[in-house]
Amino acid sequence: MAEALTLAARPAALRPVWVLAGLACLLAAVSALWMWQGLGGGGNRGFVLGLRANKLAALALVGVSVGVSTVTFQTVAANRVLTPSIMGFDALYVLLQTALVASLGIAGFAGLPATAKFLSEIALMVLLASALFGTLMLQGARDIPRMILTGVILGVLFRSLAGFMGRVMDPAQYAVVQAASFASFNRVNATLLPVAGAVTLLAVLAAWRMSARLDVLALGRDAAVSLGLRHQAVVIAALSLVALLVSVSTAVVGPVAFFGLIVAGLAHGLTRSASHGVLLPAAGLIGATILIGGQWLFERQLGQAATLSVVVEFAGGLFFLYLLLKGRIR
Amino acid sequence: MRILPALSLALIALMLASLTIGAAQVDLRMLRQDPLAMLVLVESRLPRMLAVALTGAALSVAGVLIQALVRNRFVGPDTSGTAEGAALGLLAITIWAPASPLWLRMVVASLAAMAATALFLAVIRRLPAREVMLVPIAGIILSGVVGSVVTFVAWQHDLMQFVGTWLGSGEFSGAIAGRYELLWIAGGAAVLAWLAADRFAILGLGDSVATGLGLSVDAVMRLGLLAVSVVTAMVVTTVGMLPFVGLVVPNLVARLMGDNLRQTLPVVALAGAVLVLACDLVARVVVAPYELPAGLILGVLGAGLFLWLLHRRPAHG
Amino acid sequence: MIEIRAVSHRIAGTPILHDITTRLPEGRLTALIGPNGAGKSTLLRLIGRLEPLQAGRIRVAGHDIATTPTDRLAQVMAVLGQQTLIASRLRLAELVAFGRWPHHKGRPTAADRAHVAEAIRTFALDPLADRFMDELSGGQAQRAHIAMAFAQDTEWLLLDEPLNNLDMSHARALMARLRALVDRQGRSVAVVLHEVNYAAAWADHIIALKDGSILAEGAPDAVLTEELLSRLYDAPIAMGRHQGRPLVLHHA
Ligand SMILES: Nc1ncnc2c1ncn2[C@@H]1O[C@H](COP(=O)(O)OP(=O)(O)O)[C@@H](O)[C@H]1O
Ligand SMILES: [Mg+2]
Repeated sequence: MAEALTLAARPAALRPVWVLAGLACLLAAVSALWMWQGLGGGGNRGFVLGLRANKLAALALVGVSVGVSTVTFQTVAANRVLTPSIMGFDALYVLLQTALVASLGIAGFAGLPATAKFLSEIALMVLLASALFGTLMLQGARDIPRMILTGVILGVLFRSLAGFMGRVMDPAQYAVVQAASFASFNRVNATLLPVAGAVTLLAVLAAWRMSARLDVLALGRDAAVSLGLRHQAVVIAALSLVALLVSVSTAVVGPVAFFGLIVAGLAHGLTRSASHGVLLPAAGLIGATILIGGQWLFERQLGQAATLSVVVEFAGGLFFLYLLLKGRIR
Repeated sequence: MRILPALSLALIALMLASLTIGAAQVDLRMLRQDPLAMLVLVESRLPRMLAVALTGAALSVAGVLIQALVRNRFVGPDTSGTAEGAALGLLAITIWAPASPLWLRMVVASLAAMAATALFLAVIRRLPAREVMLVPIAGIILSGVVGSVVTFVAWQHDLMQFVGTWLGSGEFSGAIAGRYELLWIAGGAAVLAWLAADRFAILGLGDSVATGLGLSVDAVMRLGLLAVSVVTAMVVTTVGMLPFVGLVVPNLVARLMGDNLRQTLPVVALAGAVLVLACDLVARVVVAPYELPAGLILGVLGAGLFLWLLHRRPAHG
Repeated sequence: MIEIRAVSHRIAGTPILHDITTRLPEGRLTALIGPNGAGKSTLLRLIGRLEPLQAGRIRVAGHDIATTPTDRLAQVMAVLGQQTLIASRLRLAELVAFGRWPHHKGRPTAADRAHVAEAIRTFALDPLADRFMDELSGGQAQRAHIAMAFAQDTEWLLLDEPLNNLDMSHARALMARLRALVDRQGRSVAVVLHEVNYAAAWADHIIALKDGSILAEGAPDAVLTEELLSRLYDAPIAMGRHQGRPLVLHHA
């Protein structure tokens, strides 16, 4: 019997390895394309390479953050179709930035060095988000529709509050906030790259180390508790990682709407695995590949960099719907 | 049934407030002596008040309808592709036939809204029935896809500004006499829905129950689709899509009163009007003499209110 | 032994359990019976620390559930709640394998795999091992969850209405399986049953709950009397006997 089981399980067990290898190759290919395609000789070669490397790093960082944070979040929320963005994480971060500037003033807070400012923002964000969403998810388990509804509404509330504060605050202060929180794929916030990179790396490693516990968490609260998982601690830890990763990607390129949904959906659909040891790397690779490939296509080939986010939404959304209809996302 | 009178009182109070508050002083008691005040009232205040109330009521009813059509509480006309569909239709006719008359633009917008919503319904019919939360997500994604087409086309034709007003967050400052009357059509569609309330309530119980009770499911679906699309298209064209109303108000009322639509639809309409009127008032007062988009206030006030109501009393699961 | 002392519980302000004090003997099959809404599931969830304890104390095999680390408890008891929907898309064998998690914490050994294979065989699930859980019938999924709890290999097994969705032959096989666990391996089982005759036929010890209080407890012959059952279910009930055990007749 034992042999029969392992035999039967073999194709399923091997599949993720191939998928991960394929995704890694794809990422390597688009990265190489990004760095060296159309690179002239001449004196400014080094300079251009430097620029490209910077942007490559930013795109990879954001892709990985979004992928890993969304998969982790969906496991905590026991829901394959929610994202940190839908539940208001990035809105909370933007609100936090706005509120800090509004309350501490331009000279005090915005005057800090970018790195110190960023680190204090994400520290505050981790505290707030894990307290708020941790409470919501731990208390909300009894009435899940209510929990989800609350989260979605919180997202709307944060977004509107940030918009509201922006409208009624001092224009000079607003300019500071706007410069800080309206980054986009084209105006990557490059000053933060080193520290953001370090934070992302640490958070992703931590998430990966948690993957066995995330597998158990995915069984649902009752089963997880019954198996002896320290449910509450794991939920809070996972949400803190999500908050870190969302802060990073929001700070570097701004809110990314449904991108995470698409990446997580693709990760589940392509690997067809329930193991976070496979899902997390897959989601990171997919996120980075889509962003780098997409930006290459639009910036270099079509000369329409401004529309990358639009096309990510369009193509990714269609693909997501396709997977949905094929029954590959559940 | 204490909800209905309370809401009616609130509605009347808010309507009076909406008429009196604003840059120009309007004293309702002195209207006879003051022709200028009369002019402000008839040309600006009254249309605005009606526009706000109609929008809130009609969008809330549209929310109930779309929720009955897809049998899922977590969707609204702003997350079903409907609003984006209407915007796409408007965009198309603006590009291809810029000189076309208003009625034609409305028909095209409604048809496009209907097509997008029908697409949504076709998509979710093929989803596994057990997966409740996939439905709103499919809607959000589909809205995103249609919305990205709208953005892309508008970008190419330099029409982003229009899209901003259609899909922005609801601006009532432009609602003056001559510019808001289309919303009556939205109101009419909502009344039509109320007349067929029982059918939608039965539809919400499922295809087999509906068929068992002798209802033609397809006919009711078409009626609902029509009403939702017309309401949304009119709102999108006149004041721009208000997010959130169509989702929140029906949920709120259903939590308090249940799902017997014949009884609840009037309450839904009233509650929607009250909510949007209140938000519009705040939007006009808070940074006077300027004003904010009502949708922004809706996001803050409506969301806060909703959270409070949602958690005020323990749910019975 | 499971000791329950002065346990009361409220949900959203409504009292659900009133001052429950009782013992579930070890090495026995205990059945919790009672009408719908009596509080059986709540009591079982409290014992299984799926619900935080509000008042009173519960000790499972000497471990106070309020103070013992949860991963230690998972090696003492396995709990299967009434609702077993899972969000992730797992194959049956993968689900059952999670039963070993308390023992290996993510690094399964050969022994763990052997336990899993045994659990799958025990519940006659071999042909379904590679199916996804959402491609199973309700009864099959139920058996998979029970197999998972079984694979956890604990002294205590707590099951909430495990016969739900099972046909007569699988229900009987499960009860026989639980009986064998108790008789041959000396394990202890507590099971919520809404069908009294299963309790009558298989249990050693019965606890009858009504409106959040214990109405009666003891051996089947002592608890399953006409007078007591009629009171428990507010309906006239007659008793017969079959093969030396009580038999409940509801069409009296
Ligand atoms: N989440 C909840 N909210 C409110 N009441 C609940 C909840 N869960 C259970 N109850 C109530 O607690 C009582 C006991 O429930 P339960 O233990 O599930 O009963 P049983 O399993 O015996 O049928 C019932 O009256 C039920 O209505
Ligand atoms: Mg029960």
